[in-house]
Amino acid sequence: MSGNEILQLVIYLAVLFCLVKPLGSYIATIYEGRSNFMVRVLGPLERWTYKICHIRSEQEMNWKEYAISMLLFNLMGFIAVYLIQRLQGILPLNPQHFPAVNPDLAFNTATSFIANTNWQAYGGENTLSYFTQMAALTVQNFLSAATGISILMALIRGIRRCETTALGNFWVDIVRGILYLFLPLSILLSLLLVSQGVIQNFKPYQSVSLIQAEQYQDPQLDETGQQMKDAKGDLIFRTKTLIEQQIPMGPAASQVAIKQLGTNGGGFFNVNSAHPFENPTPLSNFFEMLAILLMPAALCYTYGVMVRKNRQGWAILVTMSIILIPLICTTFIAEKQTNPAIEKIAQDIILPDGGNMEGKETRFGILNSSIWATATTATGNGSVNAMLDSFLPVGGLIPLWLMDLAEVIFGGVGSGLYQMIIFILITVFVSGLMVGRTPEYMGKKIEAFEMKMAAVAIFVMPLTVLLCTAIAVLSSAGLSALANPGAHGFSEILYAFSSMTNNNGSAFAGLNSNISFYTTLGGFAILIGRYWIAIAILAIAGSLAGKKTIPASSGTLPTDSITFGFVLIGVILIMGALIFFPAFALGPIVEQFMLAGHL
Amino acid sequence: MIKQSIKKMICVQFGISLLLLMLMTLVTGLLYPMCITVIAQALFSYQANGSLIELDNRNIGSECIGQLFSKPEYFQGRPSATKPFPYNGIASAGSNLGPSNISLQENIKSRIKYLQNQDPKNTLQIPIELLTSSGSGLDPHLSPNAAYYQISRVAKARRLSEADVKILIDHFTEPRQWFFLGEPRINVLKLNKALDALGQNSNK
Repeated sequence: MSGNEILQLVIYLAVLFCLVKPLGSYIATIYEGRSNFMVRVLGPLERWTYKICHIRSEQEMNWKEYAISMLLFNLMGFIAVYLIQRLQGILPLNPQHFPAVNPDLAFNTATSFIANTNWQAYGGENTLSYFTQMAALTVQNFLSAATGISILMALIRGIRRCETTALGNFWVDIVRGILYLFLPLSILLSLLLVSQGVIQNFKPYQSVSLIQAEQYQDPQLDETGQQMKDAKGDLIFRTKTLIEQQIPMGPAASQVAIKQLGTNGGGFFNVNSAHPFENPTPLSNFFEMLAILLMPAALCYTYGVMVRKNRQGWAILVTMSIILIPLICTTFIAEKQTNPAIEKIAQDIILPDGGNMEGKETRFGILNSSIWATATTATGNGSVNAMLDSFLPVGGLIPLWLMDLAEVIFGGVGSGLYQMIIFILITVFVSGLMVGRTPEYMGKKIEAFEMKMAAVAIFVMPLTVLLCTAIAVLSSAGLSALANPGAHGFSEILYAFSSMTNNNGSAFAGLNSNISFYTTLGGFAILIGRYWIAIAILAIAGSLAGKKTIPASSGTLPTDSITFGFVLIGVILIMGALIFFPAFALGPIVEQFMLAGHL
Repeated sequence: MIKQSIKKMICVQFGISLLLLMLMTLVTGLLYPMCITVIAQALFSYQANGSLIELDNRNIGSECIGQLFSKPEYFQGRPSATKPFPYNGIASAGSNLGPSNISLQENIKSRIKYLQNQDPKNTLQIPIELLTSSGSGLDPHLSPNAAYYQISRVAKARRLSEADVKILIDHFTEPRQWFFLGEPRINVLKLNKALDALGQNSNK
């Protein structure tokens, strides 16, 4: 790494860690119902919301009520997103006159946005109207992120409280999260982004006249959209002259801000944050990268505050960072290499040390593309500023592996930390068995019910990913969507299901996921990955809340020690590695060996 | 009895879901983007409307969106993988070719040949950016090396001295933002516009 590259990485991490404490304690005040600046300003709005929605804010829920409210609210969101897409042809704010989205795609997009996945089987600028982007997608960006934090808060209350069934009120958690946390931060970030050149308007697409006219061969399509062929079977083209360029428009900044902050990741445009209108400058890129990790990192501190043991929160944050930072460096070093296959054909012709620029943007370069790719898959964000499909095998393996670690290294807003806590419970259990003591965490005994639920939460993800990948590999529909042959094609499929099941949303985007096979199967993978785990978490929360708190004794295993941190890292890495290594060996690993041997 | 109370609970929560979703759609889906639009249009109207560049009262492009240049007298941006033609503003796309894909190697070979045919006497090493397609297909920038590589061709086609063209490039080179962020870069459209302006002035 050069001096500047080290500086960029260090400043990025330093700014992130400096924000953890202030934001983390702010979030804690919100969910503990304490007063803060925003509460004083927006308090009347909060109370007014409860009044018109008939929410009885003082009434707390048990875990089943909490789960049912969460599911109902998400179901309602699903119906709304689906209907808005299906009706977009007759709804307002559609200057490009896009027709209704087809049913499979609408189903996939609806599931993926309610579940904080934001898988993009669609291309924003040529499929969705401004109304759909705003009233369907932007709304779910807020709601799904707030849902994630709410589930985390229920779990934290379960850990903190004793001998009760009350886990808080789901509606209150949602309203407070949106009003005091996501909305103010999104307003701030969207204005910063607009100042850098992210667009925010309601104009129809503009045409501009090109300085230099250009001719191109336009493929001729028949009525069904297939390319027409002549008598000899060659494709028919017609020469066309381009004198104008169409420039897309729309309210992008308001959506980009929340999709970065809420670990949603669904872009306004097809290529997400690689698009110059979504991410025009290195500074906008810095803010967007910061927003990816900001909330998941701050929530670790919030956790410490809320369980009245700040060290526990820091311990989790440090553990996550110990895994993340080396992986950022590995991705960077991998991408800084010239593709061996290109080196072979153009060794003395190309300028050395350029790195792997296929699919990357000049203004970000290798470093910012690598940090982004690692951060976006460590969290559940899934936005991209470079095309991961064109990363070298090792550079692509790391994002894939991070997702398949169940996204606990920072993870989605709320969902990352609650899954991390599950891993902590398992580690406590394993360590307890090793030393022959009753496993306990935060003064709560960990017993058979919690371990069963933890196992349910952890094994459903690999099972879904690997099963769906197997189905896709064995079916002709699954294979027909591949853009790349051989091992890389397998990586595309594995990546797609890893991303959807873990609610990430990034893609090896060569795979044409807009066919009903992937939209339908993927939609179910998304739902299982989100809600199955969420319900298991809430069940654990309910069970923990009912237990007595045992005071810590000399027999208690400290969970904020360095030793425990390393055991935890070991458990996470071994689980992720053992389950997925055979699949990785068929994809990125074999591709790396092929490339190293110059094919 | 128990079943009845669960049913009632579900009905109540169902009602709240519906009302809260409608309210949140109003607040975060309509009010929020509209407020941002109003503020953005007031404070940053150039950026919010797409950073469009004007010439003789016509928009000739956006500062953010790259354009296709193929004539030798213009600096050419990076290869673009958008369909059905390069730099299609409303269909952003990367090539998504995997590193081991044979098509990637073929594309690189043909781009080397293309660049060498346009400027056969150029013996400089080719920067990788000129051979690889960008992530968005709309990358408006070139790295300084990628611009330097094209100096001899542009200078010859425009009958300018190579030194003059280099001065122009250096003038249009944007350093790392705040001196450390991102990479140094040159906006191709702005550079070509300046080249055209230079030609018109010298003709007069």
